[in-house]
Amino acid sequence: MLIAILLQVTTGVGLGEIGAGMGIGLAAMAAGWGIGKIGSSAMEAIARQPEAASDIRMNMIIAAAFIDAVSLFSIVVCGFIL
Amino acid sequence: MSNFFRIFGLLLALLFLPSTLVEGSASSSDVNQESELNVKEFILHHVADAYEWHITRIGTKQITIPLPVIVYSKYTGWHVFLSSRFHENVVYQGFAISKSEKFTGKIVEIEQSGTERRPFDISLTKNALSLIISSSLLILVFMSVAKSYKKQGFYPKGKFVAFTEMFVMNIYEEVIKPCVGKDYKRYAPYLLTLFFFIFINNILGLIPVFPGGANVTGNITITFVLAFITFLIVNITGTKEYWKEILWPDVPVWLKAPIPFMPVIELAGIFMKPFALMIRLFANMLAGHSITLALVSVIFVTAKMGAATHTGMTALSVFFSVFLGFVELLVAYIQAYVFTMLTAVFIGLGRVESHKKAKV
Repeated sequence: MLIAILLQVTTGVGLGEIGAGMGIGLAAMAAGWGIGKIGSSAMEAIARQPEAASDIRMNMIIAAAFIDAVSLFSIVVCGFIL
Repeated sequence: MSNFFRIFGLLLALLFLPSTLVEGSASSSDVNQESELNVKEFILHHVADAYEWHITRIGTKQITIPLPVIVYSKYTGWHVFLSSRFHENVVYQGFAISKSEKFTGKIVEIEQSGTERRPFDISLTKNALSLIISSSLLILVFMSVAKSYKKQGFYPKGKFVAFTEMFVMNIYEEVIKPCVGKDYKRYAPYLLTLFFFIFINNILGLIPVFPGGANVTGNITITFVLAFITFLIVNITGTKEYWKEILWPDVPVWLKAPIPFMPVIELAGIFMKPFALMIRLFANMLAGHSITLALVSVIFVTAKMGAATHTGMTALSVFFSVFLGFVELLVAYIQAYVFTMLTAVFIGLGRVESHKKAKV
C-alpha cells in the first residue's frame, strides 16, 4: 500500500522534485544536529568558566556560521532543482 | 520578560486578526472568480527586483510608485521614461517588459524580427532606490551622531546618541578588536560601515510598506559586491607570511612539491571564504522573505476550503507570521553581525606574522 501511495505521488510530482525536497530536509537535519552540538558544548563551557563567556560565544558563532554556510549551499542547490 | 513578549504577541495577533479575516473573506470571492493564486509565482515576484514599487491593490486598481527607466539601445540611443508607461501600452518606444523564460521581468528591446534583446540598462529599480534610501538614512543618523560628539564632547548625551554609541561600541570592542588583532583601527571604518549597511537594509526589508520592503540584502548581486570588497581587502592587505602560508605552507614537502595539494586547497580557500559570505547572507534573507510570504499566502490558498478551515488557517497564519517577524528581527541582526565578524576574522587571518620570530 505504501508503495502504491508513493508511486501515485511520484507520477504527479517527478522524482527530481522529491529528491530536492528530501535534500533540503537532510541539509536542515544535519545543520540542526551540528549547530546543536556546538551550542551544547558552548553551554557546558560557559557553565564551567563563566568569565570566558564572551570568547566562547564568539567562537561558537564562527563555528556555527561555517556549518550553516554548507547547509545553505545545499539548500540553494536543491532550490534550483525544485 | 518572556511574559511581556507573549502578551505583546497576543495583542498584535488580535490587532491583525479582524482585518486579515475581512481581507481574506473579501478576496476569497476574487480567488474563486479569477484564476487560482499561484503561490510560487507570487513569492518569486515579490522577492525579485522590479521596475516599479508596488504598494497595494484597491479593488482592481494597482497602486504603484513608478520609477525611471534608463536604457541605452544600440540602434536608437538613450531612452528615459517612467515605468508607468508600460501600464498604458505593452510596448513603449520599442521596449517591453519581457515575459519569456530567459529575461522574465526584465526590460527588453523588441527588434524588427520580433526577437528580444537586452539593452544596456541602468534603470533606477526598486532595489536601487531602496539602496539610496537606506544609505541616506545611514548618513543622516551617523552624521547627526558625529556632530553631537563634536559639539558636546564625551559627556552624557541624548537617548538616541547613547543608543547608537551602544551599538557601535559593541561591534568595535567585541568583534573588531579581538578578531582583527593588532592594527584593528585601520579596518574599523570599513567593518562598522559593513555592519550598519547590512543591518539597516535587513531591517528596512522587514517593513512591508513603501520605504522598506525591497529585498536588498536578499539580492545576490549586492551580497556579491560586499563579499568582493572583503575579498579585495583581505588579499591586498595580506602580509607576506599570509601568501607564504598559501603558496609554500609549513607541511611535509611531498604535500607541496611534485603535485601541489596544499597550495591548491589554500588557493581554493581564498575564493571559498567570500563565496560563503555571499551565499550565507543571500540565502538567509531570501529564505526569510519567502517564508513570510508563504505564510501570508496560506490565508488565500485555504479560502476555498470552507469557513471553518479558512478561519483556523488564517489564525494560524497570523500567529506564525508574527512569530516569524520576531525571528526575522533577530536574523537581521545576527546576519549583519556574522558577516562583519567573519570579515574581521578573515582580515585577521590575512595579517598573520611569522611564527618563527615570535618563538625567539
